[in-house]
Amino acid sequence: MDQARPSSTDPRTQVGQVAAAVRRRVLEHTLLHNGGYLSQACSAAEVLATLYLRVMRLGPSRAPLTPRPFAGVPGAGNPASFTGADYNGPRAPELDRFIFSPVHYALVLYSLLIEVGRLGPAALAQFNQDGSTVELIGAEHSPGHEVTAGSLAQAISQAGGIALARRLRGEPGWVWVFMSDGEFQEGQAWEAFAALAHHRIGRLGVYIDANAQQCDGAMSSVMTIEPLAARLRAFGAEVHEVDGHDSDALAAPAAAARTTERDRPLVVIARTDPCRGIDLLRARAPKLHYVRFKSEQEFAEYSRLLETLRGASA
Amino acid sequence: MATTPIETVQRPHGNNLVRWAKDRPEVLVLSADLTASCEADGFRDAYPDRFFSMGMAEQNMMSFAAGLAREGFTPFVHTFAVFICRRPFDQVAMSIAYPNLPVRLIGFLPGLTTAGGVTHQAIDDVALMRLLPNMTVLECGDATEVESVLDAAQAVNGPVYVRMLRGEVPRLFDPGAPLRLGQARPLGAGRDLAVLSTGICTEEALRATAALRTAGLAVAHLHVSTLKPFTDPLILETIAGVRHGVITLENHGIIGGLGSAVAEWMAEAGLGKRLIRLGLRDTYAHGAGRDYLLREYGLDAMALVRAAEDLTGARLGLTEAALTRVRLETLGTADKTEDL
Repeated sequence: MDQARPSSTDPRTQVGQVAAAVRRRVLEHTLLHNGGYLSQACSAAEVLATLYLRVMRLGPSRAPLTPRPFAGVPGAGNPASFTGADYNGPRAPELDRFIFSPVHYALVLYSLLIEVGRLGPAALAQFNQDGSTVELIGAEHSPGHEVTAGSLAQAISQAGGIALARRLRGEPGWVWVFMSDGEFQEGQAWEAFAALAHHRIGRLGVYIDANAQQCDGAMSSVMTIEPLAARLRAFGAEVHEVDGHDSDALAAPAAAARTTERDRPLVVIARTDPCRGIDLLRARAPKLHYVRFKSEQEFAEYSRLLETLRGASA
Repeated sequence: MATTPIETVQRPHGNNLVRWAKDRPEVLVLSADLTASCEADGFRDAYPDRFFSMGMAEQNMMSFAAGLAREGFTPFVHTFAVFICRRPFDQVAMSIAYPNLPVRLIGFLPGLTTAGGVTHQAIDDVALMRLLPNMTVLECGDATEVESVLDAAQAVNGPVYVRMLRGEVPRLFDPGAPLRLGQARPLGAGRDLAVLSTGICTEEALRATAALRTAGLAVAHLHVSTLKPFTDPLILETIAGVRHGVITLENHGIIGGLGSAVAEWMAEAGLGKRLIRLGLRDTYAHGAGRDYLLREYGLDAMALVRAAEDLTGARLGLTEAALTRVRLETLGTADKTEDL
């Protein structure tokens, strides 16, 4: 599949086109490898596309379209190690930063980076290949990743430290964090929000893909975190709950927040549908975390769907 | 021998930190509700804009420190050693150690130095921090090392764990002989036995080695303050040069700390001789006074004497009273290898 750059100039239409392309690309990849984090693409496509196209102020990518191979883990003896954050552009006082927390969504982020032109279409051929940085569960060398976040809920605290440091230096840029709702089962997430409020960290925004799903199934059956909005408000955050597939609704709180001096973190809870755009997935509920096709018949159904989606975009 | 009587120093870290950080604007201090307990109150009062209270939430504190370090600051995390190494171990490993960030973890109440009992006694911290790739592990043995460890830590490109002492701390080493990264301190030479000690155990070891020498044994003694990387060639040379074997003495469990590091290196170097590891023998301790606990668990001078008897097969006839009579003196810079 070639890169499908958005053709419209209307931001809402752009987000819709990119999100549809992300779903197609992740579905294609899941078919090719008989496995993938497909429902995460369904739920998060508009959220991530809105962040990259309408919310974050990022400079152009400084990283190669074809990802470099793994250069070893960071260490005093390894100056060759590099960061995946270069795909999100340079660091500059006025520019924003992106911290990607639920790195099980890596395939979705790689696909999104391709659709917005920050990563070459061939990059997915390296996905989960030995020696590649386009890893199954991303780490800080993986395209678009700045921190190593696979042990969930550590990224929000790290983002808090980055935002505090930027405030100490008087930088106007924001720190944006993409989280999943399941991460709020970790105590550290709540420790982090307590600290963000206590230290009055203002230029930090969190977008939560609230798809109500986790590895074992529906969050309501595993360990409920609701009412999430009320809990986060009680912890001192400014919270907006929006339709996570409505780009205008997703972008509005960030635009409004930029216009005022702030003393608390911004949270946008994106209520999302883990099967959006791929209705076939509903038959697999409540086990949606990782999709591996169970039969030739199921594989054929998803293959036909991909052809249909390709036809619709042509 | 030009020695001066041993002195004790009140709150050497607290006072040194304020002095040391004055012209280092990149230095921040993070605390988890143990600010005065970790002698960071002076820093807090002197530089309130560089002090951040993180509450009793160590997991968040570690990852927050990592974020600050990514931006060029040097966070000095102050809390009890147990709360650095146990509860937020994953955060130390993934947020700090993996990215090799220059976070300084200042851990108080090492081993049996607290009557606070099992929840407050760090008997596994050296082992846990040694496990982590990229982590440097330092331990202070006296006031001079407390006052010089910050320079050693700050020179490291990566995270550092420091086993710190608080309150009234004896000065065993001359202030002109600071802690040097990667270098053990030779406190005596001899070809019968090698003694390696760390932290507060060095004071106990000095008491024992003095008595052993009066009993006619030639004892080599090294004080080890860099527990990782464990690469000082002097350690191996000293061990290679002794006849009867090696004794390690540490305020820590015998699994994973100094004794383990010595055993690993001896084995890899093919030095086939006996090693007795003194420390907590795969047991937790309980709340009681330090001297009581050091004796109960065999981390004191008498335990070292008995180990020396075991290695040499000699009956030395040394009593507790003889050990108590040993008068320790601060070692002068020029004399540190003279007491041979």
